[in-house]
Amino acid sequence: MQQNKDVILKLRDLKAHFPVKAGVFKRTVGHVKAVDGVDLDIYRGEVLGVVGESGCGKTTLGKAILRLVESSEGQVIYCSDDEQRDLTTLDNEGMVPYRKKLQIVFQDPHSSLNPAFTIFGSLEDPLKKYGVKSRAERRKIIGDLLEAVNMRPEYMDRYPHEFSGGQRQRIGIARALSIGPELIVCDEAVSALDVSIQAQVLQLLMKLKQEKNLTYVFITHDLSVTEYICDRIAVMYLGRVVELCDSEELYNHTLHPYTRALLSAVPVADLDKQTDRIVLEGDVPSPVNPPSGCPFHPRCQSAIERCKTDVPKLKRYEVDGRDHFASCHLVDLPEAV
Amino acid sequence: MLPIQRSKGDAMNEHQDVALSVKNLKTFFYTNKRCNKAVNGVSFDIKKGKTLCIVGESGCGKSVTASTIMQLLPTLSRIEEGEITYHSEHGDIRIDQLERNGEKMRSIRGSEIAMIFQDPMTALNPVYTIGFQISESLKYHTDLSRSQYRTRAIELLRDMGISLPESRVDDYPHSYSGGMRQRAMIAMAMSCSPKILIADEPTTALDVTIQAQIFELMDKLKKEHGTAIMLITHDMGVVAELADEVAVMYMGNIVEAGTVDEVLRNPTHPYTRALLASIPVLGKGKNQNVEAIPGSTPDPYDRPKGCQFADRCAYRIAACDVMPDETQIGSTHRVMCWRHEEVGANAAE
Repeated sequence: MQQNKDVILKLRDLKAHFPVKAGVFKRTVGHVKAVDGVDLDIYRGEVLGVVGESGCGKTTLGKAILRLVESSEGQVIYCSDDEQRDLTTLDNEGMVPYRKKLQIVFQDPHSSLNPAFTIFGSLEDPLKKYGVKSRAERRKIIGDLLEAVNMRPEYMDRYPHEFSGGQRQRIGIARALSIGPELIVCDEAVSALDVSIQAQVLQLLMKLKQEKNLTYVFITHDLSVTEYICDRIAVMYLGRVVELCDSEELYNHTLHPYTRALLSAVPVADLDKQTDRIVLEGDVPSPVNPPSGCPFHPRCQSAIERCKTDVPKLKRYEVDGRDHFASCHLVDLPEAV
Repeated sequence: MLPIQRSKGDAMNEHQDVALSVKNLKTFFYTNKRCNKAVNGVSFDIKKGKTLCIVGESGCGKSVTASTIMQLLPTLSRIEEGEITYHSEHGDIRIDQLERNGEKMRSIRGSEIAMIFQDPMTALNPVYTIGFQISESLKYHTDLSRSQYRTRAIELLRDMGISLPESRVDDYPHSYSGGMRQRAMIAMAMSCSPKILIADEPTTALDVTIQAQIFELMDKLKKEHGTAIMLITHDMGVVAELADEVAVMYMGNIVEAGTVDEVLRNPTHPYTRALLASIPVLGKGKNQNVEAIPGSTPDPYDRPKGCQFADRCAYRIAACDVMPDETQIGSTHRVMCWRHEEVGANAAE
């Protein structure tokens, strides 16, 4: 099943560690293991959700894919019909053609647009860089982009403060789209918006995906949104993917106890749906000094002795003929070959 | 959930039940010769041992309502009209008539009515220890001795589920995690066993797993101390899980209010319906029908004439140019819409 899907990005054992420096001589005393060994295949045309609590490394993962954060180990392999290229080995110059293919929409629409530039000023830079020489042509392209995100083309001569949060986020999306990317990382793209606006932006994202055949990596902490728009979901905990499968699978056949707790903690706007809430004790442990064995074991209600010593690997299982990855010792299923 | 049934002549009982009542409250802000009618005539009761949830989008006036009750409004605003009556053990107190920082208000604020703020990092003072900040309110409102403050602070932290409270009490806010800071905030708010707890988006900045912990804690407090809780939120999920009663706000008005069952099962205001339809619900899968609300909230300085929601409303008719009156459609259920009957009928389908 996996083979016949077209992979756009392969992450292989991707790690992003940040040194912690202390003392007069700024010696390295440890590492924040923000992303600690992630293996993922991102398929062309899918929406891959990345969920987890704050501090689990989901944003760093998104940035490491685009090399906005340098990864310390591992590979990010961009695949197209004629080439396979490890992006982590490229220098800035070498990244340029790939930047055109991979774009990002940031979380906070208030701080991701330069207040001193008009919308046109903010949006024309990438176009200049990627060879649209004439100003008239740039204005035309930006006008079309704004129309594509349901805004009026005249708005391009306004400044960011004149727009509401939802409009700014749409401008952010227009900026990401401007050079025709193949993959967009949406880093909490709707989290800062009001509920009524959130649905508008989600529907816009889905419409654009259809029209332009985009691939999204959708990073969020909101599980209801993830279920609604994602094809596959990766659940992260302390820098690692603990469960990865199709989005319906995740809700119907949850394998990892962390995912189960996470799902049960979401308040649901449905009075008939009484969930047995699993309340996790304590907070996410520090990524500088993660617990031994399974990183989740101090908060896990079903932890056994083995969880304290053995680090579980992300194993592939098959549920109803579909791939389902999970890293837990307690999964009672035969591992798929 | 207990159905709230009140016989009409039972006024005495009604007062014992209600901790705070707000009647036709209007709070306006004045800036640059312009007036923002942030809260434009809201009425509700907060009942003892119950949770009232106020839902709405940003800018709808829910936080202003909370700060009006606490008399924590900025200087360029004032209570234009209306009554806020606190039904204390020693008789009724009209909070709106008290001086903002007068002695009486200061004695109520923090001890009888306490508030939890949205962002625990900005609400806590980074240069004082958690223990000191909890004892501050004990110092003003109780006659405990200095050593008793500390014991009480430790006790409170333990009640809130903070591990090793004896050493944690001397820590500064920065060494607490987000969830712990919010617990410390709740400990501060609960320090004098208030009758009313106002929580302004207490979990918006927190993760879902931590949010679940905080809600469990608040539920425990409500059951054990009979505290009346007013919870401000924008999340319908939170409402469904926690609330006994709901008030939906839009642009300074309560457009619909009632018990959770009434409002969520049978929403009769188009805004409530649209709000419920615009959020994806966990467990309903990819094919659920999520409908966005068109447009955005109007500029508060340039409001539509009649019903504030009319521009975005699918049920708009000519009559909507005039603000509809509040209609009682049940003993507890009220709505502000000209076409509530049709909307309600559609919802029931």
